[in-house]
Amino acid sequence: MKITRTGLAIAAVAAASALVLSGCAANEGGGTTPSNLSGSIAGVGSSAQGSAQEAWVAAFQTSNPKATVTYDPQGSGAGVTAFMEGGALFAGSDSPLKDEELAGTFAACVPDTAPFEVANYISAIAVVYNVDGVDSLNLDSATIANIFTGKITMWNDPAIAALNAGVTLPATAITAVHRADESGTTKNFTDYLSKVAPDAWAFKADKVWPAEITTGEAAEKTSGMADTVTGGVGTIGYIDLSKAGKLGVANVKVGTEFVAPSAAGAAAAFAASSPLEGRDPATSMAVSVDRKSTDPTTYPLILVSYIIGCQQYADAANVELIKGYLGYIVSAAGQDVAAGVGAAPLTAANITAAEAIISAIK
Amino acid sequence: MAKVSAATITARAKARLGDRVFEGVAVAAGVIILAVLAAVAIFLIAKAMPALVASPAELERANTDFWPFVPPLIFGTVWAALLALLFALPLAVGIALFISHYAPRKLAQGLGYVIDLLAAIPSVVFGLWGILVLAPAVRPLYEWLVNNVGWFPLFAGPVSGTGRTILTVAVVLAVMILPIITALCREVFLQTPRLHEEAALALGATRWEVVKMAVLPFGRAGIISATMLGLGRALGETMAVAMVLSPSILISFALLQSQNPTTIAANIALKFPEAAGLGINSLIATGLVLFVITFVVNALARLVINRRKEFSGAN
Repeated sequence: MKITRTGLAIAAVAAASALVLSGCAANEGGGTTPSNLSGSIAGVGSSAQGSAQEAWVAAFQTSNPKATVTYDPQGSGAGVTAFMEGGALFAGSDSPLKDEELAGTFAACVPDTAPFEVANYISAIAVVYNVDGVDSLNLDSATIANIFTGKITMWNDPAIAALNAGVTLPATAITAVHRADESGTTKNFTDYLSKVAPDAWAFKADKVWPAEITTGEAAEKTSGMADTVTGGVGTIGYIDLSKAGKLGVANVKVGTEFVAPSAAGAAAAFAASSPLEGRDPATSMAVSVDRKSTDPTTYPLILVSYIIGCQQYADAANVELIKGYLGYIVSAAGQDVAAGVGAAPLTAANITAAEAIISAIK
Repeated sequence: MAKVSAATITARAKARLGDRVFEGVAVAAGVIILAVLAAVAIFLIAKAMPALVASPAELERANTDFWPFVPPLIFGTVWAALLALLFALPLAVGIALFISHYAPRKLAQGLGYVIDLLAAIPSVVFGLWGILVLAPAVRPLYEWLVNNVGWFPLFAGPVSGTGRTILTVAVVLAVMILPIITALCREVFLQTPRLHEEAALALGATRWEVVKMAVLPFGRAGIISATMLGLGRALGETMAVAMVLSPSILISFALLQSQNPTTIAANIALKFPEAAGLGINSLIATGLVLFVITFVVNALARLVINRRKEFSGAN
């Protein structure tokens, strides 16, 4: 084909302008009060917080165009390891630091100072199912435990029918799906079952699904769990409520009523929890969730995710930016953003406690 | 090179700069490959050593384990790769023969291009396709197999409710290794000496008999090389297996159940993000095991090829 000189010139101008104009990023020039926080910080950790962190980073960078924040959702264990070795300035973790970890060395902190733990993400864990013709399902903790350990194998089992009067359950086999990778969601789910149904569930709370259970399928990560339950027949699984999508969600028995998972129920369950023993409330919001609650306004099957950082950073370079970002996450505005992705926002009292810890960072 | 008798003096041609440079570059390339292989082997052995020599008590404390996991992982890796090869090899040889001997030129070129395009698709996309499209689609077929042919040990129930079994993974792996084997076999079949083929035709052979007498025996070493390359990819495939398979640690030949033996690569991909300390060493030790398996498989292939060394370009 004939390429004319003018054609070439036009093409060159178009390519050059495309390159130049793409340098104008979407997050520049917007926002309400542009602040002059600058620098670049990185955090690593829990994938349960992943979508909330994405939303927070986007909102924060819009109003602070000179700042760069990155969060890598590699998993709670990877996050804590990275933080202790100094590779990340803060970590996201689905469980508070273990006592042995607290006694270790934290490379990013001033020696002999302890890290802080702030609860910043609370989400309900939904028991999701995909069964033809069943729109609403009531389950109690013992039945859930028996389904996931393989003792109940068919959907029309008398134990399930007894809880669901008036619902026709089909004669399909149950496929219980669990997480193949180490997961904070699994840890909270197994913690709930071990505390509320200890006769049916004899295993302790762990990030790894018990290897003694030889039935059921395994799916990788939250997205794999959602895809597997959606694509299968007669499947049941457990997933963060914000990722449940169009799947049916079971009502779990709390006390004497069947409660559907909700952000409000999760927030109430967190508010009713007691602080973890041995932690100083001035620097740690770690709680041990009350799974045995019988109050129907609470939904005790929740996941509480924390931000772990230094009270005193060894390198003062990015402390202002860290305080700015973490302060934003726990503020009312930040928690609204989190509620937008499906989490339960912190109550005003929790926000005050969190902001107090973060403003004390040096 | 012609052999000269001891009495004759062999005069070497004067080596020009071009010769020396090229020889240097070729030798350097060979050395670099060996050096990289050695570096990988040293890394694997060094990182795996703590897990290999750790006492059971140390492994217990680190909440990890090694030796009991090795046989099921080896079984899963080899089993999945063999199944994939079982599906892919006949299909690949068939496609290559079609392209080289049966198809009209235009169709052959187009088909070759499409097959090469398959090789460019990332494995994550294959994993997504497997879990979102293939698994739900084959699940009714598995139910039918378990209900009607369940007496056959490979098809024993209870059937998986989601279709994410080792058979589905084998199909996905087969689609992934198909382009590699097809491309190599196609080249090999196109290299068959015209003289052999025309001699067979002159003797009155049909197209299939020409293929059987002239093409396949000549290409046997090439087919085996291609198979080994495809097998290497199948043995090491990580993302597709991790996403599609419902993994467990067990040795089982059943193809349609929820509990499937997992592969070494998928196991590392699943466990590594949350592993720490001795756990990481155990995972790398399983990687070392995979390295050894691939080594052994390739050595066996070399043995088979060596029996036909005059036909193999690699010798």
